[in-house]
Amino acid sequence: MKVLMKNINKSFYGVPVLKNVNFELDSGEVHALVGENGAGKSTLMKILTGIESKNSGEIYIDGKEINVKNVIEGMKLNIAFLHQELNALPNMTIWENMFLGRYIKNKMGFLDVDQMKKIASSKLKEVGLDIDVDSLMGDIPIGLQQLIEIASALLWNKKTIILDEPTSALTAREIKILFDTINSLKKEGVSFIYITHRLEEIFTICDRVTVLRDGEIIGTRKIKDVIIEDIIKMMVGYEMTERYPKTDHKPGAVVLEINDLSKSGYYQNINFNLHQGEVLGFSGLMGSGRTEIMQTIFGIIHPDSGEIKVAGKSVKIKSPIDAKKYGIGYITENRKEEGIVLDFSVVDNMVLPNLKEVLNKVKMVDHKLEKELTKKYIDKLDIKTGDINNKIKTLSGGNQQKVVVGKWLATSPMILILDEPTRGVDVGAKYEIYEIINELKKSKVAIIMISSELPEVMGMSDRIAVMHEGKLKSILSKKDFNQEKIMTLSTGGK
Amino acid sequence: MNKVKDFLGKNTALVGLIVLILIITVIDINFIQISNLSNVLRQVSINGLIALGMTFVILTGGIDLSVGSIFALTGAVLTKMLLSGVDPVIAIILTLILGALLGLVNGVLISYGKLQAFIATLGTMTLYRGITRVFMDGRPITGFKSDLVNEIGRGYFLGIPIPTIILIIAIIIVAFILKKTIFGKEVYAVGGNETAARFSAININRVKMKVYTISGFLTTIASIILASRLNSTQPNAGMGYELDAIAAVVLGGTSLAGGRGRVFGTVVGILIIGFLNNGLNILGVTSFYQDVVKGVVILLAVLIDRKK
Repeated sequence: MKVLMKNINKSFYGVPVLKNVNFELDSGEVHALVGENGAGKSTLMKILTGIESKNSGEIYIDGKEINVKNVIEGMKLNIAFLHQELNALPNMTIWENMFLGRYIKNKMGFLDVDQMKKIASSKLKEVGLDIDVDSLMGDIPIGLQQLIEIASALLWNKKTIILDEPTSALTAREIKILFDTINSLKKEGVSFIYITHRLEEIFTICDRVTVLRDGEIIGTRKIKDVIIEDIIKMMVGYEMTERYPKTDHKPGAVVLEINDLSKSGYYQNINFNLHQGEVLGFSGLMGSGRTEIMQTIFGIIHPDSGEIKVAGKSVKIKSPIDAKKYGIGYITENRKEEGIVLDFSVVDNMVLPNLKEVLNKVKMVDHKLEKELTKKYIDKLDIKTGDINNKIKTLSGGNQQKVVVGKWLATSPMILILDEPTRGVDVGAKYEIYEIINELKKSKVAIIMISSELPEVMGMSDRIAVMHEGKLKSILSKKDFNQEKIMTLSTGGK
Repeated sequence: MNKVKDFLGKNTALVGLIVLILIITVIDINFIQISNLSNVLRQVSINGLIALGMTFVILTGGIDLSVGSIFALTGAVLTKMLLSGVDPVIAIILTLILGALLGLVNGVLISYGKLQAFIATLGTMTLYRGITRVFMDGRPITGFKSDLVNEIGRGYFLGIPIPTIILIIAIIIVAFILKKTIFGKEVYAVGGNETAARFSAININRVKMKVYTISGFLTTIASIILASRLNSTQPNAGMGYELDAIAAVVLGGTSLAGGRGRVFGTVVGILIIGFLNNGLNILGVTSFYQDVVKGVVILLAVLIDRKK
């Protein structure tokens, strides 16, 4: 299926978000669509699928002009839009999810369960999944759910599949399965539009890349003609000489000691030290126990055995309240679920762990102090927000993330744990977050950074701890950083 | 003009209240007399106090179905103590402590017991009602003698009924707590996103225990007012009060999902229910039809709020 979008214009409340956008997708092509948050990628895709209407422009599918007016009409097109947040129903089985709303009936008018199960399981095989269709969707790892969604798209004869950040929650192994599936479907003429912030991936899987910036197309290039720096330059509009800012700061004394920490089912016999002014990277696949160790240090999970020492003293951390008391801050990987209160304003989010800091003389919350504290960190972290009383959900992902960083900086932490700090954050904001991390290093904060992006963890860390299935395999120092070695260790090799 | 429009758009419940008062006044001018209004304000104090406590609970995303039973049990204990000659001041203090403790039990079940609020308070609703009936042997307790206690429900201060004064003071304190204290901010945070609140080093369990304790406490004040007015307590006292309180909170625009809402809204909700009850009485509508009208009003109000 060939898609051609010509001179698409769209504005919201008089603000143009797409300006004369041209986009083209060939049949059997994987076409990357990249750009910073707010560049217009999602809007363009929503127009293609009828979720949003365009102000002007034309859309052709296989040479025929189409005019989608609403979502229902959009659904009739053979285009599937797999959203970033999957819409699966966890308490229903796989086949029920796949046939949701479009069940097959038998002659009697009842559900033809056998038929549906048979079709579901054969479609799943096409995407390389041999799995019981009676399993509950909620019991399936998120990575496989993605593949199941692709299988349902095939089931409904979709010839074009839009993938929005498909790998953000996948393990390396699941990513490989996904890529293999894409490659084999491609040969059958299925096309993909691939939206991602992980630019490295584009080079493994895509044929062409189109870059959007501020609602305009900056260009479309063949992947084999570009390198990653070219794409970044097109995205941000200026040359970014270093993707990871350098610092020559040297780590100081040990502030955190983890001795033989174990939690059955999550991690075993974990030992490591963390120094002042150091970034200790944590690498490993999803589910290797990285997040669980950090949540233990933060008091969310309670260990079966082992010892945590903060500043030389053995401590029991029973809750985040204790953790905060010992100067530990935790920036979670699930921003929307654990990091912020979406309905709260920027101010209210920022002061949440700092309410004691904004009390006046009679111990009452003082709005002026709240504003001062918020402004301080908005300036410090260069957070782009209109009115600080606006709800945080009106901010871009990168700016929301900076608010989360800000609220923990305001607690003056001695140890700061960053769990996937740049997930879903665009290139420009990523660089700013890296600079903030280096600033913190200089002010002697000890930092643990979990990251699934190898270039990032190698670019930012002083040492890297590699985990595999609950075990800490090795802690590499800077001179031993090597992409291949980390991959090997994190997949169980020596 | 735009500002006025904006304000009214955000306060549909208030608009509803004004329209309601106008309609009843047009039909029967007696409604607007000072004596009647003061009567309404005294009547709403009971549901009002319960609804204020319910506001805290609902803001955290919870619900308290046990308030009606707490109302009965505390009333029974108070009247019994007064009849047995306990000093009125001490009896009132003990009753208030009891009410707070009954609420605390809900809080513990919900926070440490990890029960859903609906289930936990459904359980205690039945339990407390049962204890009340056992305690009273199914019969009303009447005829205590205490001028001081009677004054709480029947008295006036500067021409204003004392229950109304108690309600107004409670409203001011509650509004102040929600707006100006750490606890108030925590209440909204727990309702807005419990996980994020926990990850922000907020003691979720303590917040939950506090809101149910407050609910029990405010309900007990309401119970003391009624016992003092009637000079007695019935084993079936307070039945269905939880629903009136929830209705008032919801009418005021507070989200049952938690995290969103204001005391001002609840106050408007209380007044709507109060004026509606009183207006329908004045207009001679029978009690069966009153329920029909009340149900329709609640549904309309929530529907209009949804539309926004």
